[in-house]
Amino acid sequence: MTSTEKTKVGPVRKTYHDDLAIVREELDKCMKCGNCMSVCPVYGAEKLETSVTRSKIAVAEAVLDGELELDDPEVYDMLFNCLVCKSCMTGCPTKVDFGRIIVALRAALVRKNGLPWLKKMIFSTMKHPKLFDAGLRIGAAMQSLAFKSDKGGKAISPRSPFALVGGGIGFDAERQMPALNITPLRERVPEVVNADNAWLKVAFFTGDSLNYFYPDAGMDLIEVLTANNIEIHIPKAQNCCGVPVLVHGDIETVRTLARNNIDTFDKTGCEYLITGCGSCGGAWQHDYTDILAADPVYAPRAEYWAKRTYDISTFLTRVITLRPPKGRVERVVTYHDSCHLKKSMKVFAEPREILKSIPGITFKEMSAPDACCGSGGSYVLSHYETSSIIGRKKIDDINRTKADTVSVGCPACMMQLLDNVHRGGAEQDVVHYISLLAESYRKEKDGQGSA
Amino acid sequence: MLDKIIIEQLETVAGKKNVLTSKVDMVAYSYDATADLPRQSPDIVVFPTSAEMVQDIVNLARRHKIAIYPRGAGTNLSGGAVPLKKGIVLSFQKMDQILEVDAANLTAVVQPGVIIAALNAAVAPHGLIYPPDPGTVATATMGGSAAENSGGLRGLKYGVTKNYIMGMEVVLANGEKVRFGGKTVKNVTAYDFSNLFVGSEGTLGIITELTTKLIPAPKYRRTMMGIFKTLTDAGNAVAGIIAAHVIPATLEIMDRMTIRTVEDFAHIGLPVHAEALLLIEVDGMSEDLVHTEAEAVMQVVKDNNGDLKTAETDQERDQLWLARRNALPALASLNNTVVLEDATVPRSRITDMLIACEAIGKKYNLTLGTFGHAGDGNLHPTILCDKHNLEEIERVHQAVDEIFKVALSFGGTLSGEHGIGVAKMKYLGDELGQSGLNLMRSIKESLDPEFILNPGKMVPVREN
Ligand SMILES: Cc1cc2nc3c(=O)[nH]c(=O)nc-3n(C[C@H](O)[C@H](O)[C@H](O)COP(=O)(O)OP(=O)(O)OC[C@H]3O[C@@H](n4cnc5c(N)ncnc54)[C@H](O)[C@@H]3O)c2cc1C
Ligand code: SF4
Ligand code: SF4
Repeated sequence: MTSTEKTKVGPVRKTYHDDLAIVREELDKCMKCGNCMSVCPVYGAEKLETSVTRSKIAVAEAVLDGELELDDPEVYDMLFNCLVCKSCMTGCPTKVDFGRIIVALRAALVRKNGLPWLKKMIFSTMKHPKLFDAGLRIGAAMQSLAFKSDKGGKAISPRSPFALVGGGIGFDAERQMPALNITPLRERVPEVVNADNAWLKVAFFTGDSLNYFYPDAGMDLIEVLTANNIEIHIPKAQNCCGVPVLVHGDIETVRTLARNNIDTFDKTGCEYLITGCGSCGGAWQHDYTDILAADPVYAPRAEYWAKRTYDISTFLTRVITLRPPKGRVERVVTYHDSCHLKKSMKVFAEPREILKSIPGITFKEMSAPDACCGSGGSYVLSHYETSSIIGRKKIDDINRTKADTVSVGCPACMMQLLDNVHRGGAEQDVVHYISLLAESYRKEKDGQGSA
Repeated sequence: MLDKIIIEQLETVAGKKNVLTSKVDMVAYSYDATADLPRQSPDIVVFPTSAEMVQDIVNLARRHKIAIYPRGAGTNLSGGAVPLKKGIVLSFQKMDQILEVDAANLTAVVQPGVIIAALNAAVAPHGLIYPPDPGTVATATMGGSAAENSGGLRGLKYGVTKNYIMGMEVVLANGEKVRFGGKTVKNVTAYDFSNLFVGSEGTLGIITELTTKLIPAPKYRRTMMGIFKTLTDAGNAVAGIIAAHVIPATLEIMDRMTIRTVEDFAHIGLPVHAEALLLIEVDGMSEDLVHTEAEAVMQVVKDNNGDLKTAETDQERDQLWLARRNALPALASLNNTVVLEDATVPRSRITDMLIACEAIGKKYNLTLGTFGHAGDGNLHPTILCDKHNLEEIERVHQAVDEIFKVALSFGGTLSGEHGIGVAKMKYLGDELGQSGLNLMRSIKESLDPEFILNPGKMVPVREN
């Protein structure tokens, strides 16, 4: 038997998602230097050693050593007091991959105990009227998965957290989608959007957040690509990227979602996969290869797409040369570096280049543009107080720039910032940076050039 | 476990929200940045918010004979913040206010939990700096760095923490609060208490407020790198720079092992065949003076067969600094455990010490790289090892013993800046002799007869 055959038929290898002991080596890398204290947003807000990365690592060590039980309520409360923003990975001298550690821990917890904490968290949200709107939105996103699994009969694991979110507590699709009152992106456009003189075709992974919450930004992204004469494939069969589920440790559901997404995009025949969300892009670039590493069929496909996934800004500035924007957009703009976009996809220069190339825009950098906004998906629901303190710092920083527009590259941050500019800010516009480019192209068309 | 009644009393004194007792919280406060030291959970963590609250806690602890461990950011490298004998961790993370910046007197008054970088950010608008800059400026606290007498990269020219502490408020083990020193440059009233408590590692008193000295920020600087084919040339260059009467703000050295590791790690184009590398930065208030000093340094480097790289722009400066900034991360990436020592020798023995460290690494078959503050003789021999390999750990201990022995034989000292704590207590007698140990003990016992303040650090607890 050759070695390649062996890997095909041999026992299914495990990843750290399946066996906590595998992260030991990653834990060992941590030298407890404490550098993460200067960047971890949760630590910044709570000022407790318990909130910071190195302590989560120490607790994980104690669990592996048998000193603490993983399903001790104290332990899992601590493990869920983390935004999975990966800020701690930027200044870490020994490059500890905390993103992996936290997911491995949560996955081990789910294996052991299922997902009771999720139900608890959602119930507590329902009791908190201020959270209701955010709850609706995030609940709707989660629901869309369960919803799709009913209709399309796609095999989403019955252990999916969303199976727990029954209609009884208010998260059913019928009630949520009308409450959002918007037509999802993928229902607005055909599966293939043609462009004049198309010279290239790309696939667009919308993710749930552009699809359901910010379809207008999604439309802007499509408009920008067509303005650059690019044909866009937007397969209807794509589903959620899985990051919201991944960070909660439900690995089997993410694997199912990932395989379905890979199959779906394989069919497009495209060689570029474009995202407009750091979490989605990060999933394609890093998470799918990680969680499918032991899957002989899908691992190579995941690798294939990992190399071909681009944030829209990277695609426009590094893969093609975008048509220079000419229409004037009179705005003072600042840019928030979404955690997953900067820390996972390493995208930070490109959106700024685009923004600065738009006539009329005055660009103002805030003092800590890559400080987390405190959203962390469902973190805002489960840890409202801490999230608000983190959000407040962000808004103060934004206010100091005197910008009238906050641009972002990730829909989850848009949601959090919108809520925060309303409460502590100066009602600044919160937009996806791609919408400003689309605005410039539109103005140019309308004859409002820079000349 | 602490008695429930004592926990309730502490909650009454500090407020429920300032007290932690859960198992998970105890693990979070069971360690600091020291390698090769077992975790030890405390019984309780209390976050005082005022000096009076600290007094109440100390009084309570003394009545019940419970140990107290002051803690800043827990980044020290000698085990100073580990609650060895259980008891109360007193965390200053919430006493983090800058009380005053007095630009006219060049002073600031801070609470102990203020982060060093936060103080620098607050004084920068006045054109001032607080110079002590340990590698942990973005995390370490003023209280912790005063208690460790931390140094840093600028020690040669600007001194260390003790040179910048002008006054203090301290809560003693008997519950009394004392204030001494202040904003005056000159002060010979009473004993020099500041210098007693700076570097006392939480064993003599609990610092609740600090008055610090500030200086005007230097306006100009020049950064250079010298690359040497032999350690002797590098050592002679260090001596030559001082002989030319230039005191650089930074004068850092890296040995061959460190250079190669950094290059493998960061790919920044370092000369991997060099035996040593010096990073030199001169700074000052006048462009002419800085220029003259830089010229002198460059001449010395050339005279000692060194190749020169200079930085003309901030970007080029960052490039030169990259090598030094990556030294510890790169070495640390080689294995799961970093034993970072800070044996220090007179500047004239730097070359001898580097050669000795390399030989010790070879002798014990260990991965050992040395970098450090050549200008002030403070070297960081760094051993990379596997904590799960007990046989190797044993060799590490032997190598460390030998490093200290050699440093002392060169007229040096056990620790230039990381402190004694638990990690180096057993070597103290080698440097101080019995009379020195006796002096340590009589100071400790007169201020803290019952060993409630950070017991097991610096002075062994008396066995009765
Ligand atoms: C990567 C790395 C690089 C480092 N680089 C340097 C360097 O270049 N130079 C250097 O000198 N050190 C360095 N250190 C060591 C460390 O950062 C410093 O000693 C730091 O100043 C400790 O501050 P802290 O707030 O973390 O104190 P902690 O570690 O919390 O405490 C240190 C000691 O002070 C005591 N203490 C804390 N607060 C008080 C208080 N209010 N009153 C009385 N006692 C108190 C504690 O009991 C303990 O004994 C480095 C450490 C790391 C991990
Ligand atoms: S910065 Fe990295 S190595 Fe340092 S304590 Fe945090 S996780 Fe550990
Ligand atoms: S992922 Fe973010 S919130 Fe979690 S420990 Fe790291 S920095 Fe803190």
